[in-house]
Amino acid sequence: MPAETGRLVDQLALGLDSPICLTWELTYGCNLSCLHCLSSSGRRDPDELTTAQARTLIDEMADMSVFYVNVGGGEPTIRHDFYDLVGYAVDSKVGVKFSTNGYTMSAERARQVAAMDYVDVQISLDGVDPATNDALRGRGSYAAARRAMDNLASAGFADFKISVVVTAANVEQLDGFARLAAGYGATLRLTRLRPSGRGAQVWNRLHLDQSQQVRLYHWLVDNPGVLTGDSFFHLSALGEPLAGLNMCGAGRVVCLIDPVGDVYACPFVLHEDFKAGNVKDDGGLAVVWRDSPLLKALREPQSAGACSSCGSFDSCQGGCMAAKFFTGLPLDGPDPECVKGHGVSLLGDVEPGSIPSPGEGHSVPVVLRSPRRARVAV
Amino acid sequence: MQGHLTGAETAATAAFDPCLRYELAPDVALRAEPFGALAYNYANRRLTFLRSVTLRELVRALGGFDTAGDAVRSSVPAAEQPSYLRALANLANSGMIRAC
Repeated sequence: MPAETGRLVDQLALGLDSPICLTWELTYGCNLSCLHCLSSSGRRDPDELTTAQARTLIDEMADMSVFYVNVGGGEPTIRHDFYDLVGYAVDSKVGVKFSTNGYTMSAERARQVAAMDYVDVQISLDGVDPATNDALRGRGSYAAARRAMDNLASAGFADFKISVVVTAANVEQLDGFARLAAGYGATLRLTRLRPSGRGAQVWNRLHLDQSQQVRLYHWLVDNPGVLTGDSFFHLSALGEPLAGLNMCGAGRVVCLIDPVGDVYACPFVLHEDFKAGNVKDDGGLAVVWRDSPLLKALREPQSAGACSSCGSFDSCQGGCMAAKFFTGLPLDGPDPECVKGHGVSLLGDVEPGSIPSPGEGHSVPVVLRSPRRARVAV
Repeated sequence: MQGHLTGAETAATAAFDPCLRYELAPDVALRAEPFGALAYNYANRRLTFLRSVTLRELVRALGGFDTAGDAVRSSVPAAEQPSYLRALANLANSGMIRAC
């Protein structure tokens, strides 16, 4: 009997019985209003899943043999039942990796977290100094994140993750982030800035230019211990592939559940066009994952479109679906940050009015900033 | 030909002994998938792809044999046995299976 049936990436592209990487945003509520928030979080949604509904969903994940769930938001820890749900998941053998801005990670909470099995913590930080970080994430957010890190380390939970969205504002600080993580015994995680949610408003100003992308690629090659969540596979066209699956996992190995139970193809496309169903529908998450027409379509062989004549397509697979969608580029063509420059030349032809809007989501009512501060912020 | 595993490709060492009985490690869960299986180690958070249905069934059956070598001989054609023994050695090295 043949033991091999082709490349793993081709097999995964056909989809899995359950997602490998399942993200669950527990709430749209957040005490911060980061300029690049993927989910445009701020206000809680009145229809957020109740504790009972959330527990039912965890039961479903356990039935589907979901090994772990990436919990985020919003700021998930502001839900009063947050640690109850984490405990329930862990007891159900669904490990939890949660992302937090750190504000609620008191010394006492840190000790509680350190005592739990199968729980990982990611602290979001977007600058190695308060000026860089707070310009994007809000005043005081650097200090809060560092306090959370100090508390976790003091509690003996050293291997937390420091999660950084790489932008033009912090791309020169990669070594500094690595030193910061090493100092704690923590692990650095870098992810890509996407034009999703409020990120659409800052993407033009904060995404990496070509020379910064090249430097990031080489830095990642030189620092293989840094996690990326497969974020930068579009950079693999620059040379040796980066670690990871190097493919768009949307609907194939990845999906997102939002706070009201809507299931989207990936965490970066919170848009009607990519809504696959709701976990409260008959059959729940399993049926949405297996039978949703949208997700099934994403598991069909995808056309390379304008990329089919490019020799690098095997390396980059045309890049990120969400990045294309929210910049108005065709999904079967180059990524807007295509390292061969094919995307940037197309961006100029996009009619501004034709770009899909991420909507204002649950953003808090607009906070007016003085023009001077706005310039500093970005 | 690539190996049977992806995600935990470490060199085989003397740690794996086909003359011992093996089983899935206690912190490891196996999930069947069309290409074979996913194995997840809750203790070290490692995810490994078992890239054949044969390997999946072999790992599931390991504990029922006196030795890992017996398990391989009973379920894998002779020509492929060395590669499956290497796959088991890698699984042992990465803590997915253990001698029992």
